[in-house]
Amino acid sequence: MTALGALIRRDIRIALRIGGGALIGVLFFLTVVVLMPFAVGPDLALLTRLGPAILWLGALLSSLLTLDRLFTADHEDGSLDLIVMSRTPLELACAAKALAHWLAAGLPLVIATPVLGLLLNLDATATGAVALTLLAGTPALTFIGMIGAALAVTMHRGGLLLAVLVLPLSIPVLIFGVAASQAAIVGPLPFGAPFSILCALSLVSFVIGPFAAATSLRNGLD
Amino acid sequence: MSLIDLANPTRFLALAARLLPWLALVTVGLLAAGLYLSAVAPDDYQQGATVKIMFIHVPNAWLSMFVWGVMSIASLGTLVWRHPLADVAAKAAAPIGASFTFLALLTGSLWGRPMWGTYWEWDARLTSVLILFLMYLGLMALWRSVEDPTRAARAAAVLTLVGAINLPIIKFSVDWWNTLHQPASVMRMGGPALDKSFLIPLLVMAVGFSFLFITLHVAAMRNEILRRRVRSLQMMQARAYPGSAPASGATGQIVGAA
Repeated sequence: MTALGALIRRDIRIALRIGGGALIGVLFFLTVVVLMPFAVGPDLALLTRLGPAILWLGALLSSLLTLDRLFTADHEDGSLDLIVMSRTPLELACAAKALAHWLAAGLPLVIATPVLGLLLNLDATATGAVALTLLAGTPALTFIGMIGAALAVTMHRGGLLLAVLVLPLSIPVLIFGVAASQAAIVGPLPFGAPFSILCALSLVSFVIGPFAAATSLRNGLD
Repeated sequence: MSLIDLANPTRFLALAARLLPWLALVTVGLLAAGLYLSAVAPDDYQQGATVKIMFIHVPNAWLSMFVWGVMSIASLGTLVWRHPLADVAAKAAAPIGASFTFLALLTGSLWGRPMWGTYWEWDARLTSVLILFLMYLGLMALWRSVEDPTRAARAAAVLTLVGAINLPIIKFSVDWWNTLHQPASVMRMGGPALDKSFLIPLLVMAVGFSFLFITLHVAAMRNEILRRRVRSLQMMQARAYPGSAPASGATGQIVGAA
């Protein structure tokens, strides 16, 4: 337990320090949201209607952008090999790393959502709904993305390949995240059903993600 | 001859050489019979002759999912039993599966044009097949981005199995998304049970296409084994020249890209 706690603390500290780059994800999120009005026009009514979708797409893309950092730095300086060989089960170590990554790169996206909601003319209910669904959904994005990050690091190929592999797998999260936000804002469906499924997707990804990432790291590193 | 015996590629090649002509013969026979039966099948009273697209479309759609199942079993073989032929089988199946998926999408959109009035409709089934196609392409990109086949095999096996778990989830979400966005706007094929005059040609075509897959798969596996032999021969040859270290790297890249 202490090993995992130390791993989480270390990863968060590295991510927040100079060269960590976790907060660049938030900056990217802001930039994507700012770009949207230029693409669809400065029509506030339209932006209100598209708001949840824009915020979700922005969060999805920026969480994808930071995924690269999950294993690459550790692989370059050799600490990933130590983690793989240590007595702590690799699945748990992967889960701890993903949790740390979410705390450093995913949670700031959720915190930034209210500010970005103002730019898109969302009212308090809508902003709250989007922030709540992002809080429930971004862990799933991180844990599913971890599979792609592990595959990419074992093959020394990151970037575009990671995106191509991970994006189709995150479609369910996007569907239910946007659906739950829309349900809370305009109805007519109840908020509970899509939100519960979103939480379920996150819980499933907590199981699949670490196991698949650990399998790929164990098989791929040599 | 058990599965373990086939771990020897030479034995597999001998078996493939013996089987392939017969498989090809059965495939051609079944497809010819299926096409004839499809041609003489009556027109649909509503859809006219376009209903015959179904005889090509449905087997392709069926195989697009079946091939992912074959790849998943092969991936288990790679990760669990380390069977040497398993990653050959998985690699050979991916482009074939992608082709079947593409043909299912293509024939579907050709069928959709006269029936729905549009080539593409964000219908739940079309959308999930399109996502399946994207996943096939991602998998092929993964295979192609690593030169060392065994290393690529393990990565692809993990992705294939994750895909096998996720594909039903994606399918369910897309169905849910579709009913949310456009309730029952798209006509569905097969409201009434399929008539026997359609069912028999369809089944013959489905079996014919399955044999087509088996034939192509065995042939592709044979080609893959031969390709790996050529690769290792070239690497050995490159190593044989003393003082030609850069050349060996270059040869590896060329073979990896081919």
